[in-house]
Amino acid sequence: MPLRPALLAAALLLAAGPALAETHVVDQANKKFSATELAVKAGDTVRFVNKDSITHNVYSQSPGNAFDVKTQKPGESSDVVLKSAGEVEVRCAIHPTMKLKVTVKD
Amino acid sequence: MAFARKFVTALLAATSLLCLTPAAPAADPAGPSLQAMKRDYARPTAVPFPADNPYTVEKVRLGQQLFFDPRLSGDNTRSCATCHNPALSWGDGLAKGIGTGGTLGRRSPTILNLAWAELLMWDGRKDSLEAQALGPIESGMEMNLALKDVVPKLEKVDGYRTAFALAFPGEGLTLANVAKAIATYERTVVSGTAPFDRWVAGEEGAISDGAKRGFRLFNTKGNCAACHSGWNLTDHSFHDIGLPDKDIGRAEHLPLPSMRHAFKTPTLRDVARRAPYMHDGSLPDLWAVVEHYDKGGTARPSLSPEMRPLRLTPQEKADLVAFMLTLTGEADPVTLPALPVPAQPAGF
Repeated sequence: MPLRPALLAAALLLAAGPALAETHVVDQANKKFSATELAVKAGDTVRFVNKDSITHNVYSQSPGNAFDVKTQKPGESSDVVLKSAGEVEVRCAIHPTMKLKVTVKD
Repeated sequence: MAFARKFVTALLAATSLLCLTPAAPAADPAGPSLQAMKRDYARPTAVPFPADNPYTVEKVRLGQQLFFDPRLSGDNTRSCATCHNPALSWGDGLAKGIGTGGTLGRRSPTILNLAWAELLMWDGRKDSLEAQALGPIESGMEMNLALKDVVPKLEKVDGYRTAFALAFPGEGLTLANVAKAIATYERTVVSGTAPFDRWVAGEEGAISDGAKRGFRLFNTKGNCAACHSGWNLTDHSFHDIGLPDKDIGRAEHLPLPSMRHAFKTPTLRDVARRAPYMHDGSLPDLWAVVEHYDKGGTARPSLSPEMRPLRLTPQEKADLVAFMLTLTGEADPVTLPALPVPAQPAGF
């Protein structure tokens, strides 16, 4: 399945309190994220899935949304809840050419 | 103008080396999978230059002079080329670099093919050649020239004032332009075409059968291509490969558990000309490197999951070394520039 349709099709609706939080799936394949930019709402989850045959380590140091999913072996996935509005620069610590900008809106 | 023509010719020659059009492959006894592997190693067709610091002949000429000028050190004894010597594959042949302050903590990396690099330095602490270029100049351990003194020092040299005016019209000699000129020159430092490239391009007899077996191992059982992938034989990634030293590497600047003892994956272009190896210069030759990877490195939490005992046979180790020997290119000799000097009066 092409990556972009996969990304869109995989956006899952989750009931979480009074607002509806979504889960957005971002794949890692061929040492690239399946998207270079992503728009989400505060409280949404981004699910990072390692579809490569090598290990990745997704992280961000952006204030308010810093995270480190630590090493992900092939096939593993990790959920990250982005809580604060703003721009989130996401990288793979191991592969610095992998870049994703997430815009989090209130 | 003569220099400009010569340089453009050289650049075109270098570029033409990058433009090898793969010929129709000869019959491959190893089958199509080897052909598929080779496709990942085709050389690029042009050197990338950033939009905010594009290529010009004047900038490259100036950058080359600055790169080779020991007056960019505090005591006028050390240039960029002292540690990044073109005669030694743009390294220094030492286990650890030596600067004004004595022995440095890591081996001097080559500057080959940095136009394609994502992050610079063994620990990735600089994100562009422009950002990196001034670091060793101001380092008290390396060239030991305070950045506030760089422009005043160069301004005393008439030729530099002219060269900066030509390279940066309307701007002239500034610290930022010193970095831009050096970075532009560094981007022109590209490894030459190697026997491996001729084989990738279809010349079946360019490398030995052992080297071909080594290339297959490199991409399969050896797991080398997990990091040393693509034409430049690096994906610019950071890993702890289990060398038993205390240097925490990338974690000093990106404090994540996986980055402890992690260092940048270097290019393997011309690698046979750059012993000793690794960030700490601890391995004397390519055989020792293969032995290190065969054992799998020192076990610790940050050890890269790509590291594992390989159980290579002696023949497989020999084949891997044979392959790496085919990566030595045939670059043109580097001509040293005449450096500008202060003008002197003609007489009394």
